[in-house]
Amino acid sequence: MGEHGTWFDYLNRFSWWQTINEKAEHAFGRGWKAMAFQESHFTLTPVLVALVVLAFVVYGGLKFRAGLASADGGLVPPRKMNLRNFFEVMTESVYGMVEGAMGEKNARRFFPLVATLWCWVLFGNLIGLVPGFVSPNDTLKTNLALALVVFFATHIYGVKEHGLAYFKHFLGPSLALAPLMLPIELVSHLARPVSLSLRLMGNMIADHKVVFSFFALVPLLVPLPFMILGLLICLVQAIVFCTLTMVYLSMAVEHEEH
Amino acid sequence: MANRTIKKITSVLSFLVVLCFAGVAFAQESGKEMAIASNSGLIAIAAAFGLSIAALGGALGQGRAAATALDGIARNPGAADKIRGPMILALALIESLVIYALIVAFLLLGKI
Repeated sequence: MGEHGTWFDYLNRFSWWQTINEKAEHAFGRGWKAMAFQESHFTLTPVLVALVVLAFVVYGGLKFRAGLASADGGLVPPRKMNLRNFFEVMTESVYGMVEGAMGEKNARRFFPLVATLWCWVLFGNLIGLVPGFVSPNDTLKTNLALALVVFFATHIYGVKEHGLAYFKHFLGPSLALAPLMLPIELVSHLARPVSLSLRLMGNMIADHKVVFSFFALVPLLVPLPFMILGLLICLVQAIVFCTLTMVYLSMAVEHEEH
Repeated sequence: MANRTIKKITSVLSFLVVLCFAGVAFAQESGKEMAIASNSGLIAIAAAFGLSIAALGGALGQGRAAATALDGIARNPGAADKIRGPMILALALIESLVIYALIVAFLLLGKI
């Protein structure tokens, strides 16, 4: 997984940036090697690209809110497709998706979390297709952070909803099966953040590599179908991440009907 | 009218030209010295076969999922919208297993 050139490589000319890089590697770098984690290629580029994505999402959100605060209360959509319109469309479709998966009461509770994850994953994926940027979702750092947020959110919401009886779910339907069910449930719960993060990371890396290998062969028009495939992959991976988040959350807070 | 289209085309083309400047930074870092270990051949075969078998299984699974979804749509064309969502989700979940094998293949290729 080599380094791709990005806009932020031009920053390496400044000595202050190199100092920042060294200090960060000293503080956050990984000196140990175990199993699959070998040489660490420490860069701060994904962090910078993540900041760009964050700035874009926050800006879009602010435009959306400004539209709500305008004279007519945001009822009249703007004529052309601009950023506010795009965010409105996205919000409605994500809310429809959340409501379809969870029912209305839960949808109101979980919509901010799911929509934020959606925005981050979607735009983080899409910025990888722009030449000169690399997707922040192709490192394990960002993906694991998002997956751990989802993991802790499910358990915290479950405990909030059910009290400490939430942990009885791990024991399975009847007490006699508990020694069998407990390891299975634990492993499946631990596999959730791993699978969420690895799925996203693998998709982004694979898509980037495919486009790059075709780019190295014939730079002119041949990578184009693969970039269109990349667009589809970005969208589908965002949908899958958010759908799985919604499924985990609704499973954690559901009340079983006997 | 033509003036506006010319302006639009110029702005789009200049944006694309600016994007091409990022290619200057595509400097490939020189690879570290590759020592051929004694088990390089085995690692290479393992990576290739592992990924191929995973792709085989994934293709079969996705084929079944898509076939069943298409059957359902053929039976009831009005439900096409409702079927499309779970179908895409199922395809992505099956594909994620293939991608786990891809990650292992990449890790193995790094060890050659």
